[in-house]
Amino acid sequence: MISFSGVVKRYPGGQEALKGISFTIEQGEFAFIAGHSGAGKSTLLKLIPAIERPSGGAILVNGQNVGVIKRAALPYLRRNLGLVFQDQKLLYDRSVYDNVMLPLAFGELGTREAARRARAALEKVGLLAREKANPIQLSGGEQQRLAIARAVVNRPSILIADEPTANLDAESAAAILEIFAAFNQVGVTVLVATHDEALIGRFARRVLRLARGGLVE
Amino acid sequence: MKSWLRQHRQAIAAAFGKLAAQKSAAALNALVIGIALSLPAGGYALLSSLRAVAQGASLDPQLSVFMRADAKRADADAVAARLKGEARVRDIRFIPREQALKELQATEGLAEVVAALNRNPLPDAFVVRPKATDAETLDALARELRAVPAVAQVQVDSAWARRLGALMGTARLAIALLAALLAFGLVAITFNTIRLQILTQRAEIEISKLIGATDAFIRRPFYYLGALQGLAGGLLALAILWGSLTALNVGVSELAASYGSGFRLAFLEPGDALAVALFSAALGWLGAYLSVSKYLLEIQPK
Repeated sequence: MISFSGVVKRYPGGQEALKGISFTIEQGEFAFIAGHSGAGKSTLLKLIPAIERPSGGAILVNGQNVGVIKRAALPYLRRNLGLVFQDQKLLYDRSVYDNVMLPLAFGELGTREAARRARAALEKVGLLAREKANPIQLSGGEQQRLAIARAVVNRPSILIADEPTANLDAESAAAILEIFAAFNQVGVTVLVATHDEALIGRFARRVLRLARGGLVE
Repeated sequence: MKSWLRQHRQAIAAAFGKLAAQKSAAALNALVIGIALSLPAGGYALLSSLRAVAQGASLDPQLSVFMRADAKRADADAVAARLKGEARVRDIRFIPREQALKELQATEGLAEVVAALNRNPLPDAFVVRPKATDAETLDALARELRAVPAVAQVQVDSAWARRLGALMGTARLAIALLAALLAFGLVAITFNTIRLQILTQRAEIEISKLIGATDAFIRRPFYYLGALQGLAGGLLALAILWGSLTALNVGVSELAASYGSGFRLAFLEPGDALAVALFSAALGWLGAYLSVSKYLLEIQPK
């Protein structure tokens, strides 16, 4: 469960990116964060894995107040979250397989189980056949699917995606959203930030609409 | 425990991988460290060789009392009795002139000279070790012994050994200072190498933090890299030292032989050599630790 209660985010210089946001996302829910560029979508999503800290209010993620979480506890919080970014944040000097193996390197799994888990994740996003390829050899859609595979390989309870379809054509974007929907069907909470209204329209899910740092519906 | 060991194994493999990926830079760094460390290590080896020579000489003050050439054994017995009864004397050793000649004959290169003599020119002598070591007591005792009619000469023998001891003490201190300075240099070299590595891997570190890597996990390969670099430098220093001593010993042994000595510059004892390698690895680790502590905090996911 994700709960925002009166969350304010003010950047140095006084710019207020979020103005007292409150909402709750239940376990297993799929929700869109919609809004134009600069509305505060990315800031909101960055607060969940404590990439940014709130200036006020409380954020509970699976019962943990991430606004005041200690630095040493951050890795353990983030391992329970699957994060997908617009720019994918892949390692281009590693193979597709090695990119997916990365989150498993610091986990408790043995080498064999980790390899099995990585291949299963690649299979889910349809990239198993390209496991030896370099990410640079993949299309934009494939790179985004690789980022999803890496995000889900640790079997997180929450999947967060920030504009995952921003650079994709409509067909690829829909394919990415289908993957998110599939994970949601097996109980994963999914939160996707997008400004693509057409895409939101295709998937009848809850929408949290942001405008100038505030929730408008 | 199993996953902890696996992570260490992976970190070591990653460190070797980084070294292999930058062979030239790694080799140059090791060479710089090796040359720097070979200087104090060489100084230490030289001192150890000299110490072995110096240990043959007593650093305690002692007096050599030479009897007159025409003195009778009875005169020597009288001097011995006087010395034994002297409260300021710890012990005495009598060296009869016959024994002194035998010792001289045993000295390399002098056997023929001694054989050519038609009589023993050496006097009876005493080696006297006083209880006190201050210059005043020694001088007073020497003065009194010189006044004995049967005594030809009294010599305070420890001066040169004391000077050698003082010289070696100063050299040891100089080497320690040099080692400390160069150790600081080694830490600085590793600090900078790791800093560059961190900057090169900035994206990877950022992503790793983002997906749940602990600081310890991220730091580990850099620590191993620093330690490996230091170890490589230490081993290279030992190799440089061994090669240099081997080359120097050609001339040194020739020179020593001309003085009738078998002196050679010795390589470090196995324990000392191991200490050089481990100390170097530890300094590499320290450089990496300082660098990682400073720069890793600056990299945070955005």
